[in-house]
Amino acid sequence: MSAMTEAAEEREPRAKASVEETPLPASAPRPIRCAARGVKKAFGKTQILKGVDLEIAEGSFAVLVGPSGCGKSTLLRLVAGLEEADEGKLEIAGRDVTRAPPRDRDIAMVFQSYALYPHLSVRDNLAFGLRLKKTPQAEIDKRIDEASQMLGLGHLLDRLPKQLSGGQRQRVAMGRAIVRRPNLFLFDEPLSNLDAALRAEVRVEIRRMHERLGATTLYVTHDQVEAMTLADTLWVLNGGLVEQKGAPLDVYARPRTKFVATFLGSPQMNLAEGKLQKASGGGFVAEGGGMALEVDVERFGAALEDGREVALGVRPHDLRVAQPGESPSLELRVEIVEALGFEAYAYGWAKASGPRVIVRLEAEHARRARPGDVIPLVAPPEHVHLFCQKSGVALDAE
Amino acid sequence: MDDKPSVLERVVVHLLLVGAVAFALYPVLWVVSLALSQGGLSGTGGVVPLPRAPTLENFRLVLGTTDPDGAWLFGRQLANSIVVSLATAAVGIAVAIPAAYALARFPFVGKEAGVRALLATQMFPTVASAVPLYLLLDKLHMLDSRGGLVLVYAATSVPFAIFQLRGAFSQIPVDLEEAAMVDGATRFQAFVKVTLPAARPAIAVTALFAFMSAWNEFILAATLLSREDAFTLPVVLQRYVGEHDAAWGSFAAGAILVSVPVMALFYVAQRELVSGLTAGGVKG
Repeated sequence: MSAMTEAAEEREPRAKASVEETPLPASAPRPIRCAARGVKKAFGKTQILKGVDLEIAEGSFAVLVGPSGCGKSTLLRLVAGLEEADEGKLEIAGRDVTRAPPRDRDIAMVFQSYALYPHLSVRDNLAFGLRLKKTPQAEIDKRIDEASQMLGLGHLLDRLPKQLSGGQRQRVAMGRAIVRRPNLFLFDEPLSNLDAALRAEVRVEIRRMHERLGATTLYVTHDQVEAMTLADTLWVLNGGLVEQKGAPLDVYARPRTKFVATFLGSPQMNLAEGKLQKASGGGFVAEGGGMALEVDVERFGAALEDGREVALGVRPHDLRVAQPGESPSLELRVEIVEALGFEAYAYGWAKASGPRVIVRLEAEHARRARPGDVIPLVAPPEHVHLFCQKSGVALDAE
Repeated sequence: MDDKPSVLERVVVHLLLVGAVAFALYPVLWVVSLALSQGGLSGTGGVVPLPRAPTLENFRLVLGTTDPDGAWLFGRQLANSIVVSLATAAVGIAVAIPAAYALARFPFVGKEAGVRALLATQMFPTVASAVPLYLLLDKLHMLDSRGGLVLVYAATSVPFAIFQLRGAFSQIPVDLEEAAMVDGATRFQAFVKVTLPAARPAIAVTALFAFMSAWNEFILAATLLSREDAFTLPVVLQRYVGEHDAAWGSFAAGAILVSVPVMALFYVAQRELVSGLTAGGVKG
């Protein structure tokens, strides 16, 4: 299954059980709001964050996503108090914590490396934070019980971290966060050390945990599947700035910039430089890279000008093979076909000098497609994206 | 190649090992034999040195030394060695831990130069500083005292200890401390409750090194100590092999008595020495 279809399928059940409708269990931590305002941070001469605003609604799951070096981990560490902002303000639960040390922020964090205390048993790892807060032993036992039941850690409590598998360590790290019942859960790429199968499993578990606890969560990842499936609100970071925020499917369907368009979705959106041309009947066609794509006039409205230079884009999944007699938007000369069984991707060119074009094919077409074939393709207007060539901003977002 | 060695291979390997062990233990056998013999070098002999008439007389002599007032001198000297060595290890480690941690974790001005300076101190053999140390301790009225010796030994053990521990601390992931701080610890608590326990094997090894260098040290001890009741065991041992007379039997017995505590310490500490405590705390 491709990344995006998986994403769409996993979102389905969640939409029904949205956070607002789910009554929170009495023992759940009080969900709060976390905010960053105009946060800047530089390391030496490298400006990592260039003025980021972030808001996480009570009880919601926010995901920071972006390529490496975009500043997402730095932002998370600022929220955790492990780094200090050069400028700007951080609030947790309505309190200014910009200069507060981590211990005064009532947060819990799951590290990429898990960071389990190597000399302590699983039980003592879980109890560590509670003991520091002088929680009564009975309460500690109760919370460890709850968390270990929730995560299936019961039989591991007396082991040392080095005696656990990667997946088990990950669960202990989550358990250590859960028992704290913090104001805010922070996750720093928690799944990147797991293999693919386990990653999918733990991903669902994290979402389940969130549903159950209703805790406000900030989650950092570079993995778009995690981002799409886990987030209530997706924050796409690029070059130290928030490039776009919104519900994952909205961001996916209406990328505000070329960067977001290519960052989300696998394989990447096909992009070509081209021009707008007025067509007969008041419509517009975007031409470039061997493609002539009919445009959704309602969506782009006044931004459409005859002769305007644009970047045109269409996702591999949104192209379909033309019916006999239908006039194609482009003709793909196939170079390579990647068959995955249930679907396939054909790579090729619509024009010899143009950019490479990728299209998703149904299995039946994929079986017939051979390198050198020419496949006529149609791009439905509602799936055609247009961006300003200079700024990279979508024409409907200018 | 076959996974399992053949019988012939195993026989050859074991013969080589037996040879190596014999080579290593042969001198020890001489010492043990001497210690159990009367009459020094003539009391034992042959290719395989075995005591002609085994006796514990040498041990009795060494252990039973008393000073002119009849107080138990050997006991006092043994106590000197133990107290001085333990205190050297403790003081050395106590000074080295914070220094090593700072060098491993924090950027600060002069850090590299500091490390190089530490390294430079290792270039000079301690004997080179024997005279100034003598003068210093004389001024401080600390000659012939355990405290003076500890001061000198700890100072010389600190640079190496810092090197050892700096390496150990840099091996411990910062994540662990950060996790502890997010969990509610202050930086100091994170250090004490997480970093120190994770560095325990390295600290044990470093302490053992400091202990042993103090335990075995002779030249400075011989220079700085002149009263018999202030002697440490290496100085005591040396006195048995005098200019005109060599009490080899007593010397050997003393050598064994000096070795036993170190061997015991190694035996007790071996679990610490080999355990890799950090393994598994971080990553899969």
